[in-house]
Amino acid sequence: MAIQAKGLEAPVEPDQRLRMYRDMLVARELSDRMFTLNRQGRAAFAITGQGHEAVQVAAAHAVRPGVDWILPYYRDVAMMIALGMKPRDILLGLFAKADDPNSGGRQMPCHWSWPEMRVVTRSSVIAANLPHAAGIAYASKLRGLDEVTLVSFGEGATSEGDFHESVNFAAIHQLPVVFLCENNGYAISESSEKQMAVKHVADRAKGYGIIGQTVDGNDLIAAHQTLSWGVGECRRGRGPVLIEAKTYRFSPHTSSDDDRRYRPREEVEEWAKRDPIDRFRTRLQGEGALTPDDDRALRDTVKREIAEAVAGAEAAPDCDPADTARYVYFEGDSAQQRGAG
Amino acid sequence: MSTKTYLDAIHDAMWEEMERLPTMVVLGEDIQEGGVFRATDGMLAKFGKDRVLDTPLAESSIVGIAIGMAQNGCVPVAEIQFADFAFPAFNQIISEAAKWRYRSNNAWGCPIVVRMPYGAGIRGGMYHSQSIEALLAHVPGLKVVAPSTPHDAKGMLKAAIRDPDPVVYFEHKKAYRALKDELPDDDYVVPIAPAQVRREGGDLTVISYGFMVHECLQAAEELAGDGVESTVLDLRTLAPLDRTAILDAARRTGKVLIVHEANLTGGIGGEVAAIIAEHAFDDLDAPIRRLAAPDVPAMPFSGAQEDACLPSKETIAAAMRDLAAY
Repeated sequence: MAIQAKGLEAPVEPDQRLRMYRDMLVARELSDRMFTLNRQGRAAFAITGQGHEAVQVAAAHAVRPGVDWILPYYRDVAMMIALGMKPRDILLGLFAKADDPNSGGRQMPCHWSWPEMRVVTRSSVIAANLPHAAGIAYASKLRGLDEVTLVSFGEGATSEGDFHESVNFAAIHQLPVVFLCENNGYAISESSEKQMAVKHVADRAKGYGIIGQTVDGNDLIAAHQTLSWGVGECRRGRGPVLIEAKTYRFSPHTSSDDDRRYRPREEVEEWAKRDPIDRFRTRLQGEGALTPDDDRALRDTVKREIAEAVAGAEAAPDCDPADTARYVYFEGDSAQQRGAG
Repeated sequence: MSTKTYLDAIHDAMWEEMERLPTMVVLGEDIQEGGVFRATDGMLAKFGKDRVLDTPLAESSIVGIAIGMAQNGCVPVAEIQFADFAFPAFNQIISEAAKWRYRSNNAWGCPIVVRMPYGAGIRGGMYHSQSIEALLAHVPGLKVVAPSTPHDAKGMLKAAIRDPDPVVYFEHKKAYRALKDELPDDDYVVPIAPAQVRREGGDLTVISYGFMVHECLQAAEELAGDGVESTVLDLRTLAPLDRTAILDAARRTGKVLIVHEANLTGGIGGEVAAIIAEHAFDDLDAPIRRLAAPDVPAMPFSGAQEDACLPSKETIAAAMRDLAAY
């Protein structure tokens, strides 16, 4: 929106566009499938972000994977796919299997941790990882490292004290943090009017003396431009920035709630017309980058890959009860010690 | 050797580690001007504002930022100005730091130190006197220490800074200037976990930690004059507890008194008593006794009422005599 008006360019190559589209398809199919597996009684719990795919893929393409730090939240399935996490790995978490790379079956699904990609472990506690982002970025600055930290969260998180404390601290020290709010209008059942008296989360930036920017989170290219700008500002020492991507979730909050109790169907249907995947497909087809036949073939492939991943992950070994008490503390064995040098 | 107060010991431990570790950061409120107790005195001039960091008045993020720093190669030592103000940071300590390694299946570690000045006896009133250690000792994943001497204060703070896991370091405010030791000039650490026998005697055992250890030692001295010989065990580390030392001390005398200035219910004393009752019941010659503050929400500002809350040399000696006579 406003960012595009400023004429800032963040070119996306044709191959990259197709990869982005594919990643969105994979995330959507995987997320739908995780809900189905819960409904079938094969998975205890599912939490996903259908509808958020564009901004999430955009974020993954705006950072330097493995260099910049990423603190995502549980909706960020598409961000993780775009960073290279395999559907099988996410499904191992869904089934709480021993080989779940995010937590070894200890956390609920989609509570990401991926040290090699600098994706930092997080809890279920809303906004609790925002101070971690500020601390990581402070360390980057102290150590003179060219690193940006991106932390994502919903608009409900902006009501928490940790949001205020973290944005304030990052602003005081001009830290390279992109605070990315994926505003889908609801924190479980509470509409954003119950969270804040301002219209846009980005409006809050003024109170911290930083730049806030709102973008259409369902427009992949616009979101990518805005996020690339935000990451660039941080890299140029002009951080932090607060970016609000307006979006919508098509799923309930989790597999454990019924969104029909709090969201009118007409609203959901209205947003469905702005489905970020459909919009990007239309764009690609309009550019001649994707034929309907190619699209059909691609979707069939994705469906098949997810089905295979489900079968593989479901058959993987369960956690060993004998390991329950492991890693409460450092065990001094093969553990990879982080921090403290 | 040099004569050092408990406060000097804490200051020097941080100073020496700051010299050794170029990415160590001390952070908290009023840190740059030296801290309200002077624990960071002179550090700003020596190490600069980036490593001696004044934070906004926001305890949750003081700990949360420390957690983040630790992920990215820094060695953070966070100060909560008074333990009484730590509660906004409990989410970061309990939900985040304590579970960091466990929830990531050992992919990540959380090597941070959170210093908390605690304890009564300084007329600090309800919100500058609390002993909140039991609340955190309940949380697996944390290490909780409460050194009682300048020697241990220095050695255990260094051990905490070098520890791969989150350590909550309780430093007793009354001890800051009241206690002095001859400390080695060379680098040393006092390992986290082992308790320390401060006095040996065969008639009964007193188990305590923090400043109360000194009240217990004075009471033991007094009873020795009457021919009652006591063992005094200083727990030093409250989580994880040194079960072996606790059971050895209990078995040696068959009579145990546990003393702390935190209130009785749900305190460290209950856990120590349970360990002894569970594993050394047959060696006991008397019921285990606990002496602690009454179950009031916090120490009153009134000196008379604060004194009424705190175990003292006199009340400890009286409890020891009762136990010895059992």
